[in-house]
Amino acid sequence: MSAPAWLLRGARVVDPAQGRDEPLDVLVRGGVVAEVGVGLDAAGATVLDVAGALLAPGLVDLHAHLREPGEEHKETIATGTRAAAAGGYTAVAAMANTSPVSDRAAVVRAVRELAEATGACDVFPVGAITKGQQGETLAEIGELVEAGVRLLSDDGRCVASARVLRNALTYARAFAEPVVIADHAEDPDLVEGGQMHEGVHSVALGLAGRPAEAEEVIVARDLAIARMTGGRLHLCHLSSARAVELVRRAKQEGIRVSAEVTPHHLTFTDEDLRDYDTNLKVNPPLRTAEDREALRDALVDGTIDAVATDHAPHAVEEKEVEFDRAPPGTIGLETALAVVLTELVAPGRIDLLRAIDALSTTPARILGASEHGGPIAPGRPANLVVVDPEASWVVEPPFVSKARNAAFLGRRLRGRVVHTLLRGRPTVLDGKVVA
Amino acid sequence: MNRHLLSMRDLSAEDVVRILDTAESFREVGTRVIKKVPALRGRTVVNLFYENSTRTRISFELAAKRLSADVINFSTTGSSVAKGESLKDTALTLQAMGADAIVIRHASSGAPHRLTTWVRGHVLNAGDGTHEHPTQALLDLYTLRERLGRLEGLRVAIVGDVLHSRVARSLSFGLVTMGSEVTLVGPPTLIPPEALAWGVQIDHDLDAVLPKLDVCYLLRVQTERQRLEYVPSIREYARRYGLTSARVAMLPDEAIVMHPGPMNRGVEIDSDVADLPRSVMEAQVTNGIAVRMALLYLLLGAGGEEG
Repeated sequence: MSAPAWLLRGARVVDPAQGRDEPLDVLVRGGVVAEVGVGLDAAGATVLDVAGALLAPGLVDLHAHLREPGEEHKETIATGTRAAAAGGYTAVAAMANTSPVSDRAAVVRAVRELAEATGACDVFPVGAITKGQQGETLAEIGELVEAGVRLLSDDGRCVASARVLRNALTYARAFAEPVVIADHAEDPDLVEGGQMHEGVHSVALGLAGRPAEAEEVIVARDLAIARMTGGRLHLCHLSSARAVELVRRAKQEGIRVSAEVTPHHLTFTDEDLRDYDTNLKVNPPLRTAEDREALRDALVDGTIDAVATDHAPHAVEEKEVEFDRAPPGTIGLETALAVVLTELVAPGRIDLLRAIDALSTTPARILGASEHGGPIAPGRPANLVVVDPEASWVVEPPFVSKARNAAFLGRRLRGRVVHTLLRGRPTVLDGKVVA
Repeated sequence: MNRHLLSMRDLSAEDVVRILDTAESFREVGTRVIKKVPALRGRTVVNLFYENSTRTRISFELAAKRLSADVINFSTTGSSVAKGESLKDTALTLQAMGADAIVIRHASSGAPHRLTTWVRGHVLNAGDGTHEHPTQALLDLYTLRERLGRLEGLRVAIVGDVLHSRVARSLSFGLVTMGSEVTLVGPPTLIPPEALAWGVQIDHDLDAVLPKLDVCYLLRVQTERQRLEYVPSIREYARRYGLTSARVAMLPDEAIVMHPGPMNRGVEIDSDVADLPRSVMEAQVTNGIAVRMALLYLLLGAGGEEG
């Protein structure tokens, strides 16, 4: 069945891959971009009047927990990818901490097959670095790479052993394909029992702390091992100013490292936990206003490459408990773009081209998702998002995600996805998920 | 005053004075043959205790009973909680049964805050994790005012495991609100430097602090295994921070000694010191009932606000 033809007329095309930001028409035919230009003829295509909207390459998330297989009560690939589509995503990396853990090709293939059968965006299964994410024995990385995995992570768990990380980064160099080792950078010993950022607020609230130094020491260690091995390192959800500074210097030195930051770390601080809101309990924790500023600066100057959601759905009853009993995490796929537009683009903190680059083009490159992230050019797969930048809305249930543990619950955001196209087929049309 | 009592940080100096003055008027009830007033007749107070507690639970129970409220003691062992019921569901059940106020003691910091998002009634924090214990602080303030005649300008040392102490937090906040000068004393592993933000001083040398005090407030040494990694041993703690007879002699004559109980005699306080006239632990316990009566009365009764 061939995809329908669309003429997206009059949007402001924001295409970081070509450094392009101008009003243009885009003609989509047969699942690919057929033509980009001014005053294009519809030539039988359905016309979507998107004047005043933004048209960008579909977003790409390096870090989503889709929970399937094993924790389908929190999220499924069907619901998670629909949430992704609703948020403008056409590709997500599905984290490996499923049950069973995605530490072998059979699980990777199962996730991919489920995604093809039930998904609303492309799913790139992440492989575990170690068997069972136990941090001890390397997973069969060769088998995972042959199954198409490009990103490996024991996410949620830091690779505690420097020796294991060294072997992973070294071993991963064996492949022709670029294989990225992603680490959750928090020293497990220093954060043992910790509930929030350690500082004035944790001490006053009587909650055990997760000090910023727990991130700093692991980032320093990981960078040294990346330098030593020449392996390709990715640092998940950076949260602290000092860690950012270490990454900045490592990049200047030529160490092969990339880094991501979440919308919630770009927005909230530890002070926001004053009422013990479990939706703001995340790992690594929300830190100080100075840390948040450093994260924003790092996203602007490219020290941090990408915005990743760390979409972490949980069942309602799992979060409606005492603070120290609640699992960490917030959903984020449906809000990430609007948060970046509201918190960073609208106040002029970051320009739109760099924002889309960090949400789409750069994560696509890191993930090896060559069909995503633009350029928006003839012959390229039509993975696109159209956004009304003025639409104002309040984050509240119902969500497309199965979960509703949203850090941004109750916040007013500006910018709403109007259409999402996956290879020319709408997954979101006029603001409604249609996939 | 707020609708709930969650933290001493929510109380202004005026609020504290009002609570202590109200407690003063209830003190007399406890000396009568019939220790009862009808102020909360027909109201229901639930003691929801997720941690073992003798003195706080009994104190709240007596306070509510002396105000003629109906009191339900919900202990978590052998109850629906033991069957895995969540805090939220337990709270909703108690609300459905008509609880006007829930007094909660819980091992998790912030549990009373969570409760306020689920129930309509008044919530009183009877100690949450390592966060706060506001009614203990208020009974301590009452006792201090009673013994020393004032709170402003009092020089108070709080000695011990401040890091894990809900008493230390509530008392520090309350004393600073009332204009006292607070010094936190203990080994650096147990005194977080971030506590300076509370408007207190920090010292690690008890002997240097003692001669300059009006009040030496000792915290209970917690002997759970995970707490022990902060000091080399209980023996060494007692040696450096225990209030011995030799140390108590360094206090000014008029200075008093306080402890929230239960005491570890021979650890944070020598037995002889605990039994000195300047040690006011019994008064603390007695005053606790009057202060809790005042709080229940002010939250449930006096304002005329219906739960």
